Amino acid sequence: MTDLIFNVFILLTIIPCFWVALSSNIVHAAFSLLITLFGIAGLYVLLGADFIGVIQVIVYIGGILVLIIFGVMMTQRGKLLPLSIQLPGKLFGAVLTGVILAALLLSATRTLWPVAAVLGEPQLTSAAIGDLLLGKYLIPFEIASVLLLAALIGAVLIARRSVRGE
Amino acid sequence: MNSLYTYLFLAALLFSLGIFGVFQRRSLIGMLIAIELMLNGASINFMAFNRFLAPDPIVGQIYTLFIMGIAAAEAAIALSIIVAVFRRLRSINIERAQELRG
Repeated sequence: MTDLIFNVFILLTIIPCFWVALSSNIVHAAFSLLITLFGIAGLYVLLGADFIGVIQVIVYIGGILVLIIFGVMMTQRGKLLPLSIQLPGKLFGAVLTGVILAALLLSATRTLWPVAAVLGEPQLTSAAIGDLLLGKYLIPFEIASVLLLAALIGAVLIARRSVRGE
Repeated sequence: MNSLYTYLFLAALLFSLGIFGVFQRRSLIGMLIAIELMLNGASINFMAFNRFLAPDPIVGQIYTLFIMGIAAAEAAIALSIIVAVFRRLRSINIERAQELRG
């Protein structure tokens, strides 16, 4: 049963991911990203990370993806331009991507990972994550919050209509 | 099936497709979507190593949380830049944005 669910989430992650990179329609790409992110959230839960799976759904699907779809809607105007570049550049990108993919796969298969022989039972993680975030990782956590605040203010400042220019 | 290698291959595939998307897209939002794909590939790697290798099974999840926070900040800034570029050039085609000067 778990294997079946695992395979379903793997397929949910892999198949739309090709549309994300290759589709000629930006709206299709955005919605394929939604399905991919949902599949990844399921994989996180299967990896024993319940909290991160829920946060993935809330932050990525509920936040970032809605932002992206808003961006798509705000910047479409008139005739849709072709979404991809012409062939020579595309070929160069494909070759470079192939090289990177080969390097990643080689390093993943050739390395001897010290995999634990017996995996521990997955446990509830929220309490432990809270302990670490407010204990050992307090300073990175605070820096991340300041970064988010700065990004928020900066985004408003960049995107607003300039008062004098209009 | 539920092994480290499956997750590593999946993450490699996501990362490569993200790189290819960044290369071949002509629209800024398409590139942003591809970058989200790459960030997710990195997160999957963290989570898989966290589950299968790490003695302390929480620390990798903290890194994934930080990646999510940075992705949120990046998406907000990138979209505001895209909106500003669109207002200026009436297009988000990167080939139209070549006249930008520092």
